[in-house]
Amino acid sequence: MNTSIENRKLSIVCKNLTKQFGDFRAVDGISFEVEEGEIFGFLGANGAGKTTAMRILCGLSYPTSGEATVAGFDVYRQQEKIKRNIGYMSQKFSLYDNLTILENIEFYGGVYGVSRPEIRSRSNELITTLGLEKEAKKLVGELPLGWKQKLAFSVAIFHRPKIVFLDEPTGGVDPVTRRQFWDMIYEASANGITVFVTTHYMDEAEYCNRISVMVDGRVEALDTPARLKQRFHTDTMDEVFYQLARGAKRQSD
Amino acid sequence: MKQLLAFIRKEFYHVFRDRRTLLILFGMPIVQIILFGFALSSEVKNIGITFLDNARDVHSEQIISRIQSGSYFRITPPVLNYGEIEERFRKGEIKCALVFPAHFGSDLYKTEGAQIQLIADASDPNTATTLTHYLNTIIQSYQQELNPEARPAYRRPAYRIIPEMRQLYNEEQNGSLNFIPGVIALIFMIVSTALTSVAVVREKELGTMEILLVSPFKPIMVLIAKAVPYLVLSLIDFIIILVLAVFLLNVEIKGSLVLIFAESVLFIITCLSLGLLISNVTASQQTAMLVSMMGMMLPTILFTGFMFPLENMPKIFQWFSHIVPSRYYYAIIKGVMLKGLGFSYVWKETLILAGMATGLLALSLKNFKIRLS
Amino acid sequence: MSSVSVKNLVKTYGDVKAVNDISFEVQKGELFGLIGPDGAGKTSVFRILTTLLLADSGTATVEGLDVVNDYREIRNIVGYMPGRFSLYQDLTVEENLRFFATVFGTAIEENYELIRDIYEQIKPFSKRRAGKLSGGMKQKLALCCALIHKPVVLFLDEPTTGVDVVSRKEFWEMLGKLKKQGITIVVSTPYMDEATLCDRIALIQNGRIMSIDTPDHIVQSFPKPLFAAKADNIYSLLQDLRSDTGVESCYPFGEYLHLTLKEDDADALSVMRIAGRNHPEGLEVKIVPPTIEDCFIQLMEKA
Repeated sequence: MNTSIENRKLSIVCKNLTKQFGDFRAVDGISFEVEEGEIFGFLGANGAGKTTAMRILCGLSYPTSGEATVAGFDVYRQQEKIKRNIGYMSQKFSLYDNLTILENIEFYGGVYGVSRPEIRSRSNELITTLGLEKEAKKLVGELPLGWKQKLAFSVAIFHRPKIVFLDEPTGGVDPVTRRQFWDMIYEASANGITVFVTTHYMDEAEYCNRISVMVDGRVEALDTPARLKQRFHTDTMDEVFYQLARGAKRQSD
Repeated sequence: MKQLLAFIRKEFYHVFRDRRTLLILFGMPIVQIILFGFALSSEVKNIGITFLDNARDVHSEQIISRIQSGSYFRITPPVLNYGEIEERFRKGEIKCALVFPAHFGSDLYKTEGAQIQLIADASDPNTATTLTHYLNTIIQSYQQELNPEARPAYRRPAYRIIPEMRQLYNEEQNGSLNFIPGVIALIFMIVSTALTSVAVVREKELGTMEILLVSPFKPIMVLIAKAVPYLVLSLIDFIIILVLAVFLLNVEIKGSLVLIFAESVLFIITCLSLGLLISNVTASQQTAMLVSMMGMMLPTILFTGFMFPLENMPKIFQWFSHIVPSRYYYAIIKGVMLKGLGFSYVWKETLILAGMATGLLALSLKNFKIRLS
Repeated sequence: MSSVSVKNLVKTYGDVKAVNDISFEVQKGELFGLIGPDGAGKTSVFRILTTLLLADSGTATVEGLDVVNDYREIRNIVGYMPGRFSLYQDLTVEENLRFFATVFGTAIEENYELIRDIYEQIKPFSKRRAGKLSGGMKQKLALCCALIHKPVVLFLDEPTTGVDVVSRKEFWEMLGKLKKQGITIVVSTPYMDEATLCDRIALIQNGRIMSIDTPDHIVQSFPKPLFAAKADNIYSLLQDLRSDTGVESCYPFGEYLHLTLKEDDADALSVMRIAGRNHPEGLEVKIVPPTIEDCFIQLMEKA
């Protein structure tokens, strides 16, 4: 499907990816490519098929038809390899509230096969960078939401994956913390990690290199934010999204 | 392998930080050993017994003194006639009685042998079986002593005592009899206490309680609305159990149905109040279910008296059983349903139960939080 | 005329001051917004106002009634939509509505006019179980149930969180119509863009109010000129600007970076000079009017 030359530059490749549940086509033949180190925004209303598509790309479910590779691994036959090479963070859950910061890091590091000395040195680095030296032994549940999110992101990329999937990572935090979070995303991208992110905040869509908008299971738009705004003759992503989503037939979930 | 270890380590952290799990892990075995080691045994001990000695000769007195010297029985003052025996049984003061006919001693020397009557309260069939067995053993060993020479088995012994058994309240020797009131009490506990508490807490958990509180709807109404369905359902369950007992298990309901129902409603209200009280102090359905089960059902099973006779327990547990409502309900229902007793025999337990019901109800209503904490 | 009055409210949970000396007033018929992120204290304030929670200190009145002593009367005249969806998932739309109407001592028919516009949208689903509705439909149903008894004051705690963009817009249109009926509406939301749809707003963070005013006034009181800059490599532009000593604050804002300089009356040229130091490709600089979010950030950084 891909020559080795393409594998080096492309992180994710989808061709006519489809997922069907009975009569219902949750994902309806989507195709797109994501380059290495890109910040790719994956938008769409609830029920549009975003979550289903993400689960396929994370190696959590099989597509019904079509092709896709993630980090060069095939989603049908190499799901385990995919899981080992990606990071994941979602709004609903990321860290264990009744474990300390260090214990969480040790756990996830261990699960992803990072060696003990590496875990120790990287966790020290992480804690210093986030300025959490005083809180290192505190239970994660005691931290404010903003810290939890930043920590969760750091843990998601702790094992230096090639791609990190972020599922609505910045829900509910104040604007300053959100931006600090995006600082971390920028840095990760600058270090060569591909960032695949879904979000409800349209201004965050602007931080992405390119975005795709899913409506009713199909990719209705795929371009840079600037060009999308030109296309829809507006200067906010909100309007772009509204115009695309308004025509959706599917009730959001 | 390393991943597995990392995961296992995390699970240990979770366990040691969760008080509930620790309680189950370490608290339960300790409690169970203590309970089952000391408190609970199906052994027969301290059984109330009385004697109607019409013979008053050396043999009857010998047998009586042997029974007295054993630790199985608690001797109550002897009676003078059958009427007194019946009264003692009804009041629950004795579980068995021994009747010697007037010519017991001289009958021994006759070839037909001497009769002796064993009356046992068979509403608790297991206990009845055991104690009749004990009594028989004592009687037989006495008979053995009377017959010193060994004789071939096919030859009848010279002196014979023939026990006649009477199983009171359970002529059909229905083995499951005493279980039925116990099961009824348990069902009420489950349906009325556990399910009610869960139903109320569910509103809290889902967040709908907030809206109800903010409405003009009086908070008390919320509790009543929650309790009524379970009252009705408990009664339906009760009817089902009774029907099954009567038609499938051939149990005879000897006492007044009206009284049985009235007492049951009283007990159900007690259980409902308990459920409401639990719901006031718990925040999640899981906790409510746990508290209802561990906190209510276990004492009910252990300290009501239908599985393990209360007389056998150390004093401290007997005292404890006094605060378990089902103990009184069980005594009432057993008396009315199986022994056909009237209200005059159960008024004391009814009063206690009524007191518990009103007390708990008042407490749970007062305690109901009209605000979020 | 004041409909809701809050004075020096304090509420502490353990050692966290969720509500830290909050005061504000809402006029009759006003659409008042409480704007702030998670953990700012919005839900606690709402719970105190709807008499569900007792404050540690401070006073609050709703329509002149005290939240502590007159809670029974308050509960007769307010409508409340709590944060999470709080209707009965296993009852149908119609059953839910009927239940809440009865609980509030009224019938659906009595105040139907009030909820008609909203209910018409979910009427086709009236026999569906509430749990099977989409997020947007659930919000509409919850709103109907909160309005069914024609409340004088409506408290909506984050009604649009987690709901898709289209439904959010529709919801705010409905609120606008309700306002015209004379109902005082107090709304909380973490979405800064919804703030402009309110008559007056209070920006709240960490239990404290940072500013109360009309959205326009808040925007006008932004202390300095605000600039927007962008370049092809936005991340390196960001780092450059942040490292410059003349730049007071610089943060990403969608397609552009928003920044202010330390000097009070800078202009686009001075910003151009600073930004152009490393000759970034595609550099663009302009003055922009601040949004509520800019004001929020500026107030946060000042605190």
